[in-house]
Amino acid sequence: MLQTTPAGDTPKPILQLVGVRKTFGGFNAVEGIDLDVREGEFLTIVGPSGSGKTTLLRMLAGMDTPTEGNITLHGELINDMPPNKRPTCLVFQSLALFPHKSVGENIAFPLKVKGVDAATRKARALELMRVVRLPENYYDKNVMKCSGGERQRVALARAFAYDPQVLFFDEPLSALDYKLKKALEKELKDLHRETGKTFIYITHSLEEAMVMSDRIGVMRAGRLVQVGTPEEIYGAPVDRFVSEFVGEVNTIKVKRGTDGTWDGVDVPGRFTVRPPQDGATLDEAFVVIRPEYMRFLGPGDTAENRIEGTVYNEYSLGSRIQYQIRVGSGAGEKVMLVELSRSRALPPGADRAVTLGWDAADAFTLGS
Amino acid sequence: MASLAAASPAAHAPEGTRALRQQHMLSLGARCALPVAALLGVGFLAPLVAILAYAFATPRSFDVFTSFTLENFAGLFDPANTVWVSFVWSCGFALLTVAILAVIAYPIAYGLNAVFGRWSGLISVFFVFPLFVSENVRLYGWVLFLIKNGVLDGSLKWLGFSGGPEVLYTPGITLFGMVYTYLPFMLFPMTLGLALVPRDLVDAARDLGAGRLFIWREIELPLAMPGIMIGMLLTFVLAIGATAEAKILGGQSIIVISHDIEIAFTYSQNWPLGSAMSVVVTLFIGALTLFALSKLDLDRMLGRR
Repeated sequence: MLQTTPAGDTPKPILQLVGVRKTFGGFNAVEGIDLDVREGEFLTIVGPSGSGKTTLLRMLAGMDTPTEGNITLHGELINDMPPNKRPTCLVFQSLALFPHKSVGENIAFPLKVKGVDAATRKARALELMRVVRLPENYYDKNVMKCSGGERQRVALARAFAYDPQVLFFDEPLSALDYKLKKALEKELKDLHRETGKTFIYITHSLEEAMVMSDRIGVMRAGRLVQVGTPEEIYGAPVDRFVSEFVGEVNTIKVKRGTDGTWDGVDVPGRFTVRPPQDGATLDEAFVVIRPEYMRFLGPGDTAENRIEGTVYNEYSLGSRIQYQIRVGSGAGEKVMLVELSRSRALPPGADRAVTLGWDAADAFTLGS
Repeated sequence: MASLAAASPAAHAPEGTRALRQQHMLSLGARCALPVAALLGVGFLAPLVAILAYAFATPRSFDVFTSFTLENFAGLFDPANTVWVSFVWSCGFALLTVAILAVIAYPIAYGLNAVFGRWSGLISVFFVFPLFVSENVRLYGWVLFLIKNGVLDGSLKWLGFSGGPEVLYTPGITLFGMVYTYLPFMLFPMTLGLALVPRDLVDAARDLGAGRLFIWREIELPLAMPGIMIGMLLTFVLAIGATAEAKILGGQSIIVISHDIEIAFTYSQNWPLGSAMSVVVTLFIGALTLFALSKLDLDRMLGRR
């Protein structure tokens, strides 16, 4: 049960999606998804509600069939394979634990299906309870009397008992409080490493995705907009949707000027802009700057780009402070965000009129 | 109302109000329940007490509350008396009715839930509509349908066949009548019971490799059990007291226990005997119901414990 994937090598895809579409009465829930899932990876599909991620997952788990396209597992076409024949297992958002069965019976359920004898079932269930860190005396406990975190572990152990090749998760942590969620995210990541199984996780929370995943796929309106490592998604979003999904951003629309600089469209000024990552030649573009890459410029400070503005709001984010700065005037007025660590905060009573600065290398240039 | 009027002048002095309230022996809830309690006392408890008293009165007399004898019961349990045959018919037919209804109603309830989802409970209410028509009227409707030269027989003859089957006034048609009459009482709780099975659990069981039969046995049936058990209990209790089916459709080809009781109260004018029979039947059904309810742990079945 150790991780079998050698680091650095690109492992072969275990699950492959080619042009997968799903239509519900004229509505395209999922349109044209191509995706290779590598063996043993932790892949998170993230997207706002209604983006089609749950539909995608239901097709992978076998509860829906694709309208078009192919899903293959180890090269075998599984489009129409019913869920009880698939070597995959889904951890439901509701967890779907059997309320009339004990913790042990829940975990042993897939073994009972396979006709494993009672003694072996119990031994295996207890073993899995150790894996998911459930105390042994919970074996006979009614599953509905368990806490939210414990139920989570029961659901997980039950899924492991099925011994699936791929595990699917449909936002199972969404109902938990923040602290427990954070703890379970790390545990899930540990379990992934310990078991070496392929995990496909669905969530609307990018924060959750960032913590756990090897790769993240961002979905919008039934399409996979970008697939990449958390660093790629955060550091090189392909469009404004992804950049905004990953966190708060400042966006400035610009058009190409004559002398290599760009003119602001919605904010007055001339800006130095780094060429788009994909090498496209653009006449109009969006400059996206994350609030933490913005800084206040003092009298002697320099930066490649600068904007004058007025601080009109500040929020504490714990260790950091976020400032809202109004720039431009009239119809061109815009609110920019600056995030600083507390140690570099503006002193109380400081001038509210400020100069914002950033370097071109810290911003992305996106075509759409 | 009087208490409210008395309390209102003291409304500004909470201490006084509380003292006033404490003078009344009954809480507000108990006072509100008083009319219902009175109605139940007169309409439910009093007849029961009367029946109980009559059961111990001198046979073939109306000396209620003035005589005490166990003769009525002794007569009932006398081996020479054949009233036990009626009792066996009643019990047997009630059990058969429950068994047949369970088999008939389960697929209907299952289908309702599959097609109408969470509206299935509402839809199954429509099955209760026939109850708005008197049971006797409905049963006579069947008689008209099945009788010689009736709707079925007449139509078949008109079409050139030799005529309908002669089923009327047989024990079999009595059973049919009971199944027909009590279907809503089985279907309604069963549909609600099946609606308690979350779709997710069935999906999850399937995802974990289970086939249809396994899911039915391990997930659907246990989770729907409260509704099924309530339906069975309800139909059994109703069916054991059924009398119109045996009289109207069965044409008294069999005599059920409630028919015997009725005869004792009417033709025979032997109220003490009828009362004694009623007491025995009531005790039997009551004991059976309590036993079943003690076995039927709703909280555990619903996973609340």
